[in-house]
This record gives sequence, structure tokens and C-alpha cells, in this order.
Amino acid sequence: MTVFLAIGALAAAAPRKVMELSGVNPGRCMQCGTCTSVCPMVEAMDVTVRQTMLLLQHGRAEELAAARTGAVCAACHNCEVRCPRGIEIPRLMEALRLLELRKNRDLVDPRAIPRERLAALPPIAMVAAFRELTA
Amino acid sequence: MKICYYPGCTLKATAQNLEDAGLAALAVLGIAVEELPRWNCCGAVFSLATDDVLHQIAPTRILIRAQEAGAGQLVTLCAQCYNTLARANLLARTDAEKRETLNRFMTEEPDYRGEVEVVHYLQLLRDQLGWNGLAARVRRPLAGLKVAPYYGCTLLRPAEVNIDAGRAGGPPAILRDFLAALGATPVDFPLATECCSAYQVIGSPAASLARAQTVVAAAVAAGADALVLSCPLCDHNLGRQQLSFPATNGGPPRLPVLYFSQLLALALGIDAAGCGLDRNVPGTRALLAERNLVPVAV
Repeated sequence: MTVFLAIGALAAAAPRKVMELSGVNPGRCMQCGTCTSVCPMVEAMDVTVRQTMLLLQHGRAEELAAARTGAVCAACHNCEVRCPRGIEIPRLMEALRLLELRKNRDLVDPRAIPRERLAALPPIAMVAAFRELTA
Repeated sequence: MKICYYPGCTLKATAQNLEDAGLAALAVLGIAVEELPRWNCCGAVFSLATDDVLHQIAPTRILIRAQEAGAGQLVTLCAQCYNTLARANLLARTDAEKRETLNRFMTEEPDYRGEVEVVHYLQLLRDQLGWNGLAARVRRPLAGLKVAPYYGCTLLRPAEVNIDAGRAGGPPAILRDFLAALGATPVDFPLATECCSAYQVIGSPAASLARAQTVVAAAVAAGADALVLSCPLCDHNLGRQQLSFPATNGGPPRLPVLYFSQLLALALGIDAAGCGLDRNVPGTRALLAERNLVPVAV
């Protein structure tokens, strides 16, 4: 994905709601990309974690809403423990998920799970997935 | 000090082997724990949003039940329950504003300020017996069994709830020490502390299956006979998902997956029913027979 950013637009532009929900300031990110390199789900992401941090810094709400980054995040906290700036990135991911979920939009369709798969899934998988990915 | 035990939903369903083996082992080791007389789901994931206090009620109620029962510690076998409860407990200890909101909301409950200590079963073994103490109780050393410890996320992250915090900065060793005490050969592998894809087995099933192949292949490449873990979600993703690995050209490598409590029960000489090995997917029988470690029948 190519995104054109205005020069000098950094920091304060981060969507206010994401900062409120997460309590985290993405402006502290220095774009080193460690988060992306340690993310177990990165191959399933259309926009990487580092790119998401940049979009947050530039307040690109539209691109952020279109991206699946938060929806694909597994909340494993690997990025957080490795981040050289100590940024609690999983909180930002949760905020991005909640922006969608609180519009009563699901990020997964429970009815689309095949019945035979459902029978083999442990309760913990369903509780966790529906907590994180459904409104 | 009284210790209460919190099972969690999955240990009464697909992960009965995690619980059966763990409780049978504690009985043999003489460590008394009491299951909470009444409990609810912990919520499985810890809420990260600043305004979401509602989802802290479920884990906090569990902690209140433990306090009510007079427990100093609450122990879990499930890594994910450990994580959720330990973080909710930390919130009760450190976030005065949210603690106040929670206590005011649950007017029928006594106030809770994080008095109970949440521990994972591995910490209980380490702190009550010590690894030498555990080794002295082993009746059937797991000699020749090469086991890759898989921590996943929830035993270690975030740093505030790391069960091996004493080693902060270095790689965790609690599972390696545990396996060594049982007489097994621990096999370190590079993905031991990485995620299995967790609940994304539902959200992003293709990525989850690919993840399982990567993790299992890394353990096989390191020379492991089996993978050992403590989370029913990891067990599903890395174990049962092997049934869905592609079969072309023999498919990616596979290997048996066991709960740490099952290896503990096996090493303590507990019988087949207590070890719960029949519930493991993929099966472990061939491997254990090869290593002469099949538990005695009941």
C-alpha cells in the first residue's frame, strides 16, 4: 500500500479516539520496525504494525479504518516487550478493533465457522475470539 | 497458607487431561489445593481499553471468591487464565480509580484490593518443592525423551506477569528446569516464546494453520520428540491443527504435543487414567512406547 503523507504532519495528529481508548501515544514511535519483524501474524496483515504506527502519527483515520491490522493481531504482546521505545502497541491494536466493534460491526462472522470445526474448538478459543472480534 | 485452585472453562471440556494429570500429581506430591466452590469464566483475554472496566468484573469476582475462601494464593493450570487473573489482580493493586469503580459496582461483594496472589502451577512447583525437591519425587525418570518447552505468550507477557521474572532479560528457563527435574532432555528452539496465533484460529484460520506448521517444524528441526505446553488454546492450535496439515509429499513435520502436567504425572508414576494420554491429539502412544514410558494401566 502506498500512502502519501504531508511533510511536517507528525505527532499531534493521531486520531484522538485511539489515544483515548489505548492511553498510548503513538507519536513516540521512531519507525524502527521491530514490531513488524517480531509479529507472528504479519503475513496476514495488509498494513504492517510499523505502517500502522505511521498512519496513527499522521492521523490517517480512513486508511486505519480500512486496514485489517487490529483485526488480525493476536494480542501476543511480542511487539510490546521488544519495542525499544516501550510503546504498549497491543493497546493501540485493541483501540483500533474497538473503533469498529463499537459501531456494532463484527470482525469475524461466527456463522461462517464450519460446524465440524466448531465441534473441535476449545471453549477458550471461542470466548477469546468472540471477546476480541465481535461487537 | 491455603491455596485455592481455579480450573477455567476449557479444563472441564477439551482439556480435561491438563486438569486430571495436574490434580493427580499434586495429590501425590502432598500439595493441598481446594477448587473454588463457585467460579465463572475469567473472560479468557484481558481487556486493554482504558474505559473498559466492565470486563474486569469477571476475573475480579473470581479473585474475591478466593479471598472469601481464605486463600493466600490462587493457582491455575491454564496459562491464559493465569494471565487474565494475574493482570486483573495487578489492576486491583495498582489502579486506584478502576478499583474504586469495580468495588462500587459490586456492592454485594466485599471490597477487593488485590490481597490474593495469583500463581501458575509451575511457580507453585518451583516455590513449594524446588526443582531438586521435585527430582527427588520422580519415580519414573523420562530418560531419553527430548522435549521442546513451548511457553507461548501468556506465561511470559506482559513483563509484569512473567512467571519466570527472576530471569528477566534472558530467555525463560522454568519449563526447561521442570523438564530436567523429570529426567527428560529439554530441547530449546527459537519459537518457544512466540505466539501460536491464539484466538486468530477463528479470525484468520489460514494464517493460524501456517503458524502451527512453522512452530512445529522449528521444534522438529531442533531435534524434539514432543512439544510441551500449558495452554489449551496453544494445544489446539499446535496439536489438533496438525490433523489439517497438508498431506502432499508427506506434508510438513508433525510431533506429539503434551501438557506439562501429563509429563509430571507420568514421571511421578501415576497410572494411564491419571495421565489422560488418550485425550491428546495427535496421539502420544507410539512415542512413549518407543521410549518405554507407557504408563501402567489402572
